[in-house]
Amino acid sequence: MKREEIDVLLMRAPGTNCDLETVRAFRDLGVRAHLVHSQRVFKAKNLLDYDILVFPGGFSYGDYVRSGAIWAKEMEYRIGKEIAEFVDTGRPVIGICNGFQVLVETGFLPGFEGRSPEPQVALANNSHGYQNRWIRMKNIGKGNCEMLRGVPEGQVIACPVAHGEGRFIMPQDKTEEWLERLYDQDQLVFRYVKGDGGYAEGSWPENPNGAYHDIAGICNPEGNVLGFMPHPERAYFGYLMPEWTKKGRPDEYGDGRVFFESIVRYVEARF
Amino acid sequence: MTRITRSPHPFEHHEVDLLNASDDDLKEIASTLSLGLSLDELRHIRDGYVVRERKATDLELQTYDQTWSEHCSHKTFAGIIHTPQGTVDGLLKTFFMSLIDELQPEWCYSVFEDNAGIVDFTDEVGIAIKVETHNHPSAIEPFGGAATGLGGVIRDILGVWADPIACTDVLCFGPLNYPYEKLPEGVKHPRYIFGGVVDGIGSYGNSIGIPTVNGATVFHEKYTGNVVVYAGCVGVIPKDQYIRDVKPGDCVLLVGGRTGRDGIHGVTFASAELTEESEEVSRPAIQIANPIEEEKIKRALKEVSDRKLGSGITDIGGGGLSCGVCETADTYGLGVEAHLDRVPLKATDMAPWEIWVSESQERMLLAVPPGNLDEVVSIFHGEQVETTVLGTYTETGQADIYYEGVILAELELGSLFDPPKLERTTNWVPPVLEEPDIPEPDDLGSVLLSLLRSYNIASKEKVIRRYDQEVKGQTVVKPLQGWNAGPNDAAVLKPLDDTWKGIAISSGINPRYGLIDPYWMAASVIDEAIRNNVSVGGRRISLLDNFTWGNPEYEDRLGGLVLASRACYDVGKAYGTPFVSGKDSLYNESPLGPVTPTLLITALGIVPDIRKAVTMDLKEAGDALYIVGTTKPELGGSEYYALHGELGASVPKLEPEKNAKVYARLNEAMDRGIVRACHDLSDGGLGVASAEMAFTGDLGLKVDLSRVPVSEEMRDDFMLYSESNGRLLVEVSEKDCGEFEALMGDSVFARIGSVKEDKTLRLEKKGELLFELPLTKLIGAWKTPLEDPR
Repeated sequence: MKREEIDVLLMRAPGTNCDLETVRAFRDLGVRAHLVHSQRVFKAKNLLDYDILVFPGGFSYGDYVRSGAIWAKEMEYRIGKEIAEFVDTGRPVIGICNGFQVLVETGFLPGFEGRSPEPQVALANNSHGYQNRWIRMKNIGKGNCEMLRGVPEGQVIACPVAHGEGRFIMPQDKTEEWLERLYDQDQLVFRYVKGDGGYAEGSWPENPNGAYHDIAGICNPEGNVLGFMPHPERAYFGYLMPEWTKKGRPDEYGDGRVFFESIVRYVEARF
Repeated sequence: MTRITRSPHPFEHHEVDLLNASDDDLKEIASTLSLGLSLDELRHIRDGYVVRERKATDLELQTYDQTWSEHCSHKTFAGIIHTPQGTVDGLLKTFFMSLIDELQPEWCYSVFEDNAGIVDFTDEVGIAIKVETHNHPSAIEPFGGAATGLGGVIRDILGVWADPIACTDVLCFGPLNYPYEKLPEGVKHPRYIFGGVVDGIGSYGNSIGIPTVNGATVFHEKYTGNVVVYAGCVGVIPKDQYIRDVKPGDCVLLVGGRTGRDGIHGVTFASAELTEESEEVSRPAIQIANPIEEEKIKRALKEVSDRKLGSGITDIGGGGLSCGVCETADTYGLGVEAHLDRVPLKATDMAPWEIWVSESQERMLLAVPPGNLDEVVSIFHGEQVETTVLGTYTETGQADIYYEGVILAELELGSLFDPPKLERTTNWVPPVLEEPDIPEPDDLGSVLLSLLRSYNIASKEKVIRRYDQEVKGQTVVKPLQGWNAGPNDAAVLKPLDDTWKGIAISSGINPRYGLIDPYWMAASVIDEAIRNNVSVGGRRISLLDNFTWGNPEYEDRLGGLVLASRACYDVGKAYGTPFVSGKDSLYNESPLGPVTPTLLITALGIVPDIRKAVTMDLKEAGDALYIVGTTKPELGGSEYYALHGELGASVPKLEPEKNAKVYARLNEAMDRGIVRACHDLSDGGLGVASAEMAFTGDLGLKVDLSRVPVSEEMRDDFMLYSESNGRLLVEVSEKDCGEFEALMGDSVFARIGSVKEDKTLRLEKKGELLFELPLTKLIGAWKTPLEDPR
């Protein structure tokens, strides 16, 4: 499909707050980005009118109880079926930060056997509390997450994290088995790395939250539902990068662009 | 007491007989109703009711109490002050508003007349800015006090129809290692307050999704009993959406959270000293924060503002509905009729007067023409925000307040907003201070490491990382520079998608200079704020003043306040930088005595092209390093003296005319793209600034102390750690040195060193090595000390 005909739905709830920069990134790529309050979507139930579904970052409903939990329950109740249908069409679903938490809470991620009725993993409280800092994440996917095929394997993206609960963990008795499964099914997409590209191996602050196995983002077995904690939308433009005054490229794009471009290109080619 | 009688209505309501009330009667009435009014004010009110020939009601007296509180009416800044140098008829008028008349800055769009100051940004769009204090609540309940402080100042920005885009916070605490056994009853430990305040600000700002981009964290003994919390907010407002056109018949629309018993008499509390009973007595004065409610209001207001559906707006803050409702009516020369039984409540058994003065958070008051009401209401409901039509604006010039159909207050707004002018006398006596006799150290390098480790200089990363600094994707120069997270002098934002134009936000504050001389303290912090702004490329600077002072009823405290205000006028005029907004917090007294006189200056500058913004990290080996400005033996109040437990007397002074020239020339050099890095010299002077530039850029630096321009011969340690104003370090490429030097012309400047590949800071004097320290050691010292606020 033509790029200018791609419709991106960015849903928001009270407390969603990374929508501005996410909309800006998609619009810069020439697609139509629609920011819609979830209450409206609950009424319209028109998810299939859109080509990409995004849950942006923020603190939905204050993230009381557990990050993303309240919005996830509300969505499950109001449009759980419609989201599942959307996922089944193979169209991309992306959860950034709070959006990742929502996708975990709704059971779409990791979704080993399809959507699970309750969360299988957790994005638990950080080792060092709430942190807004720049990290590096490496694309370690082997191609299952098709929307990221435009991001070369091994590519490192520098971008910020800004969360208090993003420590990816799995049930203790299943951790090893599931990690293997994540690898086998090519569901591991992003891991935190050091400045030299080597894995953070749990060291802080390169791994900013203490996530197991430095996991920053995963996708479902089908590859079309993707969630991660860092914010590439905040690294979209050159002037947002941490050392742009030194490296001198304020008018160029930043590290985050390749990520969004890949998604848009994928939809262009596939649908 | 017989003068207060309960009315026959089925709700709590009293009539108060003021006729022939003696001073003792008045005092008793005030105490029974928990009013903070002075005897003079009570007499003034009594005389009004004698003329009206009727009894007062509790609701009316509460309204006077709120409206005339120091917090709401700023009576110290409005009053008449007799000083040994003559009489000042209003500090605000004489020293701040007069600057606007004299400088005539055509880019000041709306100043000193609304919730926030508004200055031009582009032809169509203005920038709104406001900084608030929330000291008293934060001393009692650090988390809630700080969170609601931020929530309140964001509402000030919403209260001029603007969309908030960034926050600032400046926090002053007692030493974190303050001995527990020295804490008097009722004073909480700085460690506890520090953790709570930082958490409160982070929690509110992060949840509502507005980045905190600039600030400072300051430590001093004198803040132990009086924590200082400044919270600021900046917003964007298309000028044609700044609507202030309330007409009779417009609806009074209350939107947002429900009204509860949290925050009763907050302004009265804020206008009194803290005592050991404050905890118990004033706990209900502290509000409870709900950032998500405000986030929803913000979304809805943006749409109402974009579609120009309202005719007026204000936030409900200090004084609650009593201030918001009456003030808007008075501003537009109108009257108002409001029905308190319509207000949605958190607790259903609230008395009408409690509803009237409650300062429950996350509420805004809109004036809406009746024809637009349905649309406005549906916008708020779309964001899941409750709305209530309280009544209408009228032509009467009077506030008529009803509850269940019964009229509880008939307030003449004219008299309500004409409080008796306060008259006070000052006598500031300069403290007796002398210069300490500090032996000249053998090892200047270890002094530098100690300075980098001192709490006021050390990295505030552990605080700053608690706040989202870049949500919204507009923070171009962040508070922490690069991967090494060095201290940038100011933040630069790119507020609009369609222009490279940006804004620079900086601040200046000093905890010690005020103990020596409030005049030079004020002058220095203004220069620091401006210097910081210039350092990233800011110009056409607007200033905001926020005073945190002791009880102005003491002559010495008030005398210092007058001196500091006079400095604001003098320096503001010399720099051509008008004040566009301000706020004072007085009565900062605790069992440990008064707060150190503290003025926070916030500076808002324009950056014509953010692509030319400058950061403080060294960029490339081989570049030249310049210093601009003169170094003088001004160590009074310096970090260096503080290291030796001394205050001293030689507080830095200021030559604004010379500096203004330097700053303009630096702006020009930046526009030409020949300034690669720039960093202001403040706490810790040349030594600390050089180290910060080097370790942030991860490049070595060689400095020759003998080349530094000085006012007179002085010791090496003084030269290295003096905090003289008007100085900056500038990195310039070798090829641009000629152009830079020509540009700087007759200003004082000198090439003092160069950037080098090997990662050390090397200090020399005429080729002789003073010290050489590896960057890892310097950054290690700088990054380690501050405890995690958690």
